[in-house]
Amino acid sequence: MIGLYNYWVVVVLMMTGFYVVLATPNLVKKVIGLNVFQTSVFILYITIGKVAGGTAPIVQEGARLYANPLPHVLILTAIVVGVATTALGLALIVRIHSAYGSIDEDDIRRRDGAES
Amino acid sequence: MIGEHLPALQVVVPLLAAPICVLLHRGDLAWLLAAVVGVICVAVSAALLVAVQVGGPISYALGGWPAPWGIEYRVDLVNGFVLLIVSGVNLLALVFARLSAAREVAAERLYLFYTGWLLCLTGLLGITITGDAFNLFVFLEISSLATYLLISLGHDRRGLLAAFRYLVLGTIGATFILIGIGLLYMMTGTLNMADLATRLPDVQGTRTVRAAFAFLFVGVGIKMALFPLHLWLPNAYTYAPAAVTVLLAGTATKVAVYVLLRIFLTVFGAAYTFEQMAFDRLLLPFAAAGVVSASVVALYQRDCRRLLAYSSVAQIGYMALGISLASVTGLTAAIVHLFNHALIKAALFMSLGCVLYRIGSAAITDLNGIAREMPLTMAAFVAGGLSLIGVPLTAGFISKWYLIVGALEKDWWWLAAVVLASSLISVFYVWRIVEAAYFRRPTPGIAPRREAPASLLVPTWLLIVANLYFGVDTTLTTGVAGRAAAALLAGAS
Repeated sequence: MIGLYNYWVVVVLMMTGFYVVLATPNLVKKVIGLNVFQTSVFILYITIGKVAGGTAPIVQEGARLYANPLPHVLILTAIVVGVATTALGLALIVRIHSAYGSIDEDDIRRRDGAES
Repeated sequence: MIGEHLPALQVVVPLLAAPICVLLHRGDLAWLLAAVVGVICVAVSAALLVAVQVGGPISYALGGWPAPWGIEYRVDLVNGFVLLIVSGVNLLALVFARLSAAREVAAERLYLFYTGWLLCLTGLLGITITGDAFNLFVFLEISSLATYLLISLGHDRRGLLAAFRYLVLGTIGATFILIGIGLLYMMTGTLNMADLATRLPDVQGTRTVRAAFAFLFVGVGIKMALFPLHLWLPNAYTYAPAAVTVLLAGTATKVAVYVLLRIFLTVFGAAYTFEQMAFDRLLLPFAAAGVVSASVVALYQRDCRRLLAYSSVAQIGYMALGISLASVTGLTAAIVHLFNHALIKAALFMSLGCVLYRIGSAAITDLNGIAREMPLTMAAFVAGGLSLIGVPLTAGFISKWYLIVGALEKDWWWLAAVVLASSLISVFYVWRIVEAAYFRRPTPGIAPRREAPASLLVPTWLLIVANLYFGVDTTLTTGVAGRAAAALLAGAS
């Protein structure tokens, strides 16, 4: 069980983030939840790259076993994507706020009337 | 010389044109550049499809790094066909966008609109052409981020919330796909799709691979708006600028269906997907429920674009039905419908775009009596509607024919009945709009309306003519789709 410590963290973070996204009507909090959700996947990938007993993947004397650098590189890309998503989400919230004067989803829907 | 680099050009040309659009800083110049790129993309994808038909699958090592290590672009019949659909619809939608977007998007943001458009195109073409699983995720996010932007650029403030909700759901979907790809990498140590396909059989019994299967299914399901994961779609289609709706309806969900085919039939392999994971039985209830319930919901919509959006969810269900038949005929139906539905929905959304351009609304009651003033636009809508219903001599008939034949091959009479029943419902919802346009009197006191300008009508009618043409001459559509379906099913076993 303890050997899977990282994966437990991943699952807990993922479910926390997912719950926040679904449960809160506040759009900014939704973006925060989305970030937590994505971060859990970053940790998943970083954990995949760990090789037991391996050192940092830099060629050096005496080192035989290296961690796998590829998942780390992949997740750098995913982090960039996450940052872009957050930026776009926040930009949309700014425009929603100037159009509706609110960032609460229930509130916004009420202002638009019956149409969902 | 340039011929061997065609696969790279397909993606690189729109990608490089996007930042140039920002530098041009003028809406009309940006449109011109996008249109030129659109023509190039069609030419490249047509050349690729011809090359694949003659010489078999093309593998392109990006940057000269060979396949398992570098990123491979791989074109075969399936994605060659999808590439042609995407670039074809994109070009027509762009022609349509010149006037339509100029009216709906603020002038100072127009160059950014076309930048986003080109990035969206880059993403969609990239998803289709790549042979690398992680690359697929990256392109998926490029196209998705651009799509959220495009949806939010219209006049209607409800578009902002639609874009935001799509952003949340789309990101969850893409992250699920990322998790799935990560789990597959964990078990196989490779990201190349062909390589994954050869290594997965050794580890396919493990729980990790099954978890990857589930994550990928849900992720792709969100992206293709498979019922009940379609909730982002109706608002996004309804409040986006008209040209964007045309682009999305004609390409985005189609590419997601292609991703479903590619991941589950090529990477996991048809044998594993259908026999061990019972994917057909997993997909079938969602597909059938989507076909029926989305059609019924469409009946009760007051806005024409929303009505068509729900109809799109039902049509995605048809494609999923075809896949869940797990036979060559069923897959052929899915791939043919992918093509035909792109033509149908793009044409229908374009004719509504014409209406929007003239009267600024697509509510059914605002369309009362409009056929007298906009006869060409509404005639296009009727022709597109007939194709949507699946009347013989239209493209829609061909796909439904294959679907029903596929169902009868398996002796699934009830499924054929479901398809026919939902076609019947589509008669009713198309009729609601036709009735308003042709048989109702215009509301007294409204401003006089005029026929839409030629540059909106020409792309609309080109698509209608294509609908009629591919309803009669099916050598391109069913020919390619049949061979592609056979290759997908055989390649894995």
